[in-house]
Order: sequence, then structure tokens, then C-alpha cells
Amino acid sequence: MEKYIIEMINITKVFPGIIANDNITLRLKKGEIHALLGENGAGKSTLMSVLFGLYQPDGGEIRKNGELVQINNPNDANDLGIGMVHQHFKLVEIFTVLENIILGVEPNKMGFLQKKEAREKVLKLSEKYGLRVDPDALIEDITVGMQQRVEILKMLYRDNEILIFDEPTAVLTPQEINELLQTMRGFANEGKSILFITHKLNEIMAVADRCTVLRKGKFIGTVDVKDTTKEELSRMMVGRDVSFKVEKKESKPEDVVLSIRNLSVPSKIHKKDAVRDVSFDIRRGEIVCIAGIDGNGQTELVGAITGLEKPSTGSISINGKDITRAPIRRRSIEGISHIPEDRHKHGLVLDYKLEENLVLQRYWQPEFQNKGFIKFDAVRKYANKLIDKFDIRSGQGPITIARSMSGGNQQKAIIAREIDKNHDLLIAVQPTRGLDVGAIEYVHKQLVETRDAGKGVLLVSFELDEVMDVSDRILVMYEGEIVGDLDPKKITVQELGLYMSGAKRDLVKEINDAG
Amino acid sequence: MQDRNRDTNKSINLNSIRKNINFSSFTSALMAILLGLIFGFFVMLFAKPSSALEGFQLIAIGGFRRLGDVFYFATPILMTGLSVGFAFKMGLFNIGASGQYTIGMFFALMVGFNLDLPGGLHWIVGVLAGMIGGMIWGFIPGIFKAMLNVNEVITSIMFNYIGMYLVDMWIRNSSVMYNSNMTRTNYLPPSAQIPSLGFTGTNVNYGIVLAILIGILLYIILQKTTFGYELKATGYNKHAAEYAGMKGKTNIIITMMIAGALSGLGGAFAILAPSGIFGSSMTYEPVNIIAANGFNGIAVALLGNSHPIGIIFSALFISHLQRGGTLSALVGYKPEIIDVVIAIIIYFSAFAMIMNAAIGRFIKKRIKKEDTDIIEDETEEMDTIDASNNNSKEAE
Repeated sequence: MEKYIIEMINITKVFPGIIANDNITLRLKKGEIHALLGENGAGKSTLMSVLFGLYQPDGGEIRKNGELVQINNPNDANDLGIGMVHQHFKLVEIFTVLENIILGVEPNKMGFLQKKEAREKVLKLSEKYGLRVDPDALIEDITVGMQQRVEILKMLYRDNEILIFDEPTAVLTPQEINELLQTMRGFANEGKSILFITHKLNEIMAVADRCTVLRKGKFIGTVDVKDTTKEELSRMMVGRDVSFKVEKKESKPEDVVLSIRNLSVPSKIHKKDAVRDVSFDIRRGEIVCIAGIDGNGQTELVGAITGLEKPSTGSISINGKDITRAPIRRRSIEGISHIPEDRHKHGLVLDYKLEENLVLQRYWQPEFQNKGFIKFDAVRKYANKLIDKFDIRSGQGPITIARSMSGGNQQKAIIAREIDKNHDLLIAVQPTRGLDVGAIEYVHKQLVETRDAGKGVLLVSFELDEVMDVSDRILVMYEGEIVGDLDPKKITVQELGLYMSGAKRDLVKEINDAG
Repeated sequence: MQDRNRDTNKSINLNSIRKNINFSSFTSALMAILLGLIFGFFVMLFAKPSSALEGFQLIAIGGFRRLGDVFYFATPILMTGLSVGFAFKMGLFNIGASGQYTIGMFFALMVGFNLDLPGGLHWIVGVLAGMIGGMIWGFIPGIFKAMLNVNEVITSIMFNYIGMYLVDMWIRNSSVMYNSNMTRTNYLPPSAQIPSLGFTGTNVNYGIVLAILIGILLYIILQKTTFGYELKATGYNKHAAEYAGMKGKTNIIITMMIAGALSGLGGAFAILAPSGIFGSSMTYEPVNIIAANGFNGIAVALLGNSHPIGIIFSALFISHLQRGGTLSALVGYKPEIIDVVIAIIIYFSAFAMIMNAAIGRFIKKRIKKEDTDIIEDETEEMDTIDASNNNSKEAE
């Protein structure tokens, strides 16, 4: 029998009415990278929360080195050498890197902090593993990539030997992802054991030794990565075949639908403009993707186009009509549809029924109201039509409260509403965020269909695969400026990464001159 | 997929009852009332053990002996309750119902004393004047909120004081309205009084009928119109409302004006009422105290879960308790005891969410027992639901 460092045997966790983990067994070998794969809601996070002591299992047992252990809280987990990098970092923004690393295990003499030895230990660790950090920088001032290194150093500082990474690559550039995967490999070679939660198959293929797949709370299987393929893994995860290639024909750009000239948008966070002197056009029949790392002005740019933010200078026009200062409803009538970045904040009224949400952009049209009274039978009929056409699944059909729907179906509802509405330009901001492969496939198909129907599509995405696969043209944003106008067929992911990190830039002259 | 949906619909029928918001807020309101009454009984037991049982009986059912008064005193708090509840649907906390109520009352008095109109018309014009007065007093915090983003709680509290002192000053300065011997306002001419419903010995008048009709009208506006749709959308999620192109600022102003108008109507209904003694009418004493009916409106709205129909019943219920509380003086209790009981009821209804969750869990357990067979038959289907439930759990 092989030696396992951690065994989670027949773990069952029941929430009122829901079985989140149903008899799941996961065995982690010493020195391996073990991927945990599953769609949203498959129970990955619950299982890891059980291991980290955040939940108590209702059945099953956890063994370390063959011995039964009881993990009641994260401190117990830490004592057993288990550390976790959460998807959303748990850092104190106004503390320095060093202060965050020692938080909770501060070395002290009679209550006085002994930062000096802590600093030495941190610097030693940082050097040994190539995790560059500035111990005295404030968390709020450093990049997301460096914040993640701080989280990793936190685990190392506590001498953890079992490291859990919860979707660690979601926020990184391709270069940073490569670095991280190498670092993880280095840990494994040194005898540390890694649990790697992800739904990105490429990363699993690149770095993991074995992979455990969950689906709908159930254990599907554990496989050796070298004996399997991406297709096989995705079939295990989703339960059916999934196409990774976005099927699309060559784009045939026609007239300009959206035209932006010398646009600047002030930032809410700092004094500089978030969008600086940006000009570009979008034509009917093409998908233009704004690529870039989160926080480089994409949100503000989209805000200015949709009317949620006010630009300071420049002009925006749709179909030749100037809408720079037009109210949001006007823009909607002129033909802008908007799949917003944050579906809970902007996209849905969560306490409204599905049918009420499906008419959120149209309730005022004569089709749905008469003298100020909403025609509820027309709304119901329309909702049923969209539910059928876009396959929106919910517990009670049109009268389901939006809050109780799954994330994927909430997104489908928004997409249905925005695509079915009369429009010439579809703005989709991170439309696949948090969705599983099946739903992502669906969203991409809808975007391509919209394009083929002769509409312009503006896609904002942080997922490089999506940028490369879906778009017909890529505009890279860096610090509020467009630093590249690229053809996805002619560049590599690595090159794109250089643009995104500001290491490379073209002067996007032609368009500026044209404006 | 459609068929599958329909199948699962059947199996979660009970579940949908549990999810029905009105049902659960109704149960939690009942629970709050029950707990409030029990607690109130213990307070009475503590205060004067010998007559606690008798006094409690008076509070609980004494109101039935004075039904006319229950309806009369329910009218103003019903209106201020509607005012607070309506604004709350949009996410605005109209704590200025008192000021709007007082201004509305003053406008009604102005018409009552200064205009000479025929009987059928006079009181109607008075009521409308009260509505306009309240509307103005709601408009000001509304426009501050919409244009300058000044918190409506602060402005409307300040306007409570401004309204109250202004009205007291104006009334004392008016020889037509003010009777310095009584230190109260004079009796209104009969033409300015709202017609009585004809029950002898009580003040009850057509005001309550109008108030209930207005409640039903608000219900229709909220449920059936695009304005109500926008209003609730803004209250639930103002970002989504903005995203959908709704005119948030205009809606804030309109909502505050309607809320003010409702409170103003409350003031008019209260002051234009005929008194139980023939020929006299209600009077107002300018003693620099903020109208309690405004604040009672907050309690009424809370207990009624801001739902117009719920507010009608909660106003009647609270008025019923208040009448009973007055009666408990017969066995030696101070009428303030009833304010204690009402306060406790409101306190418990603030826990409505917790109690809803508890009741929800209880019913869910029962469903689970009953539906075990179905679940076994339809494992695949239930899995789908579980997965989506699971998602929403995680989202929470």
C-alpha cells in the first residue's frame, strides 16, 4: 500500500436540503501535485473547507499519515501543516507585507513584536523559492501577483507541508501563471504536497500528477494526468463532450457601429484618468476584445460607453449618432446591449422574479405596458419564450426568484435579455466569469451568433484563452491607454502577455490620426 | 427540459409555499405579536400582579368594545404607516412622517377656518390641502437626496422640527384658529368636518374608508404599474435600476412627494374629524411636541412589512391595542403600559428575518420527510435542483 500524507475518506457534508459532498474520497501523496477539478457547485470548495477546518463533515474521516485526525478549525489545520491560498486573498490592505506574513504567529518577547527575526526568515524563504516581495511595502500598493506571493509566503512561514491553492491563476498574467506553476513544481520536488483547485484543464495537464474529479457533489474518479487527455477530463467533469474550439467563420466587418474618439474618463480611485485619450472603432460583424489585466481602465471605458460613468473629454457615437452625454435609456434605444461585469450588482434585481428580470430593459415598451400598467400576461409569455429559446433552467420557471438560480442560469438570463433586445452593439464584460466549461461554450456560441447576425461585439475579458479564441481583433489596454491593436491569428499568448504587462507597446497611430 | 421542470414543480409545491414571501412575513408578524403580548403580560404582572389578568384581557380584547374609536385612531397611523412603507419600498427611510403630518394638518386647518365653501366641498378641499402640504414637506428632503445626495434621514428629521415649530407659531399667531382660553385650536365649522360614519359616541368618519382605499390604490401602483416596478427595482438594487436606464433621481423625488402626501393626508384626516360630542370637532394643542402619529407610522410600517395591505391590518391592530391600553386604566394601569407592549412587538418584528428562517427550516424538514419517495424516484432531477441550490448557498 502506498503512503498517503492526507486521506479524506468517504467525506459527506450535508447542508439543509443539499448534499454538497456525497461520500467523497481524496488521497494526497507526499510530494505530488494533486488537482481537484469540477464545475461550479460541484463541491470543491466545500471539500477543501472541510479539510481546512471551516466545516465539520457529517460523515467520513480525515487521516494524516494514516492516523485519524480531528480538524475543528483553521488553527488545527495549521498545526497539522495544512495551509491554504484562498481565491480571494485574506490580507490586511493597510499592513505591510511582513506584517501580513507574521499575522497570527507574531514572534514576540513579553508581548513586544520581534520583527527582526521574522524579517530574516521571510527574506530567506523569499530568496530560496524565488518569491520576490518587498517586506515593507503596503499590501494596497502592490500588484495582485505579488499579493499572491505574500499568501504563499504566509504558508511557508508557518512551515506548512500541505498547500492548498484555490483557483490561484484566475487573477494572473500568462507570465505570472508560468512562474506560479514552476514555483508549485518546485515545492513538490522538495517534498511538499499540493492540492490545486482549478477548472483550467491546461494548467492541470501542465503541472499536476494526479487529478480528482467531482460532479454535483459526487466523486467521479481519480486519474493519473499523464494517462489522460483534456477531452477525457472535461467529459468526467461535465458528463458530456465539450468542444474547446470556438466554431466560427472568418469575420466580415461591415460599417462602423461604435466610434470612440480621444476618450478620457476620470478614475474614482486615483487622481489620474482611468482611461486616457482612447480612440477606436467597432464594425458590424466583428468581435473586438479589450484585453488587459484587471484594473487598467476597462471598467471605466465600458462605463463611459454604456452611460454608467461620465467621460471628461472625447466623444462616443453609435451608428453615427453622438451619445457622449446621452442618458442610459437613450443609449439602450440607440442599440447598445450590455452584459455587465457584475451580474449581481448591475445585471439582475435578485429579489425580482425571473420574468421581471427578463423585461428589465423593455418593461416600458408598448409591448409590455399600457398607460403605465404592466401587461403581466405579455411578460409571462415573453419570459417563457426566452426560457425555451435560451434554455434557462430554474426551479419554478418564470416565477423563480432570481436569487435562487444558479450562477450559470442567472448569466443565461442576462444574455437572453440583452441578445433578444433590439441592438446593434453588444458589450459583454467578462461574460464567462465563474461559469463552468459547458456554460462557457454556450456563451461563446451566443457571441459568435450575434456577430454573424451582423452586430458589433465588444468583449472585455481577462481570460487569455477566451481573448485568443473568440475575438476577431484584440485591443490591449494598459494603464488606461490602448497599447496594441492585434490580430489574434498573428500573435502568440506570450506576446499578448508582454503587451498586457506594459513591456511592449505599439503606437496605435492610424486610428488616432483618423480621428 | 420543459417537461422536467414541470415534474419538479409538482414535487416542490410545498417548498414554494415556504418561499412565498408574504406567507413567511405574515407568520413572523404573528409570532412577533404573540411574543410581544406574552412579554407585555409579564410586565403587567410585575407592575400590579393583582389585576394583571383583568388588565391584559382589556388590552387584548377591550378594543372590540370601542370599534369606532379603533377605526378613528387607526386612520392617521395608517396614513403615516403607508407613507413610511411606500418610501421604504424604494429604499428610502422617511423618518419625517411627523413633520409632513403636522404640515398637512395645518394646511387642512387653514382651509377649514379661512375658506367659506359649501358643505360637500369644504372638507374635500381641506383634505386635498393637507395632501399638498405634506407633499411639499416630502419634496424638500427628496430633492436634497436626489440632487445633492444628502441623506433623507437627516433632512427629514430636521424637517420634523421645522414643521412642528412653524405650525405651532403660525397657529398661536392666528386669532381665527387659536383659542387662547383653551390653549387649543377652535372647533372647525361643520362644513369643514369629514362626514361621520354615523356611529354614535365615536369620532369615526369617512377618513378611514378613504385611508383603506388609498392603501389598496398603493398596492395596485406597486404591483401593477411600471412606476411601481421601477420603484421596487430601485429599492432592491439601485445599481441594476440605473443600469436599466431608470430615472433614479426623478423617482426619488416623486416617491418622497407621494410619501409626504400620504402623511399630509393623515394629518388632514386626523384634524378634520368630527368629535364624538355633537357639533364639536377635533382640536390641536400647539405645545412644541413632535406628532407621535408620525413615529407610530414607522412601527405600523415595520409590522406590516411595508406592504400596503399588511399596513392596513397592522394599523388597525395597533390602534386596537392602544384603545385596549386606555381601557386598562380602569383597573389601575397607566396607559403607557400599552406603549411598552407595542414597543416589544416592534422589537420582535425586527427579528422577522431570523424567525422566517427558523420557520422555513421547520417546514423544509417536514417536506423532506414527505418527499423522500419522490426524491428516490427522481434522483437525477433532484440532483439538478440540489446543484443549483448548492450554488445559491455558496453565493450567499
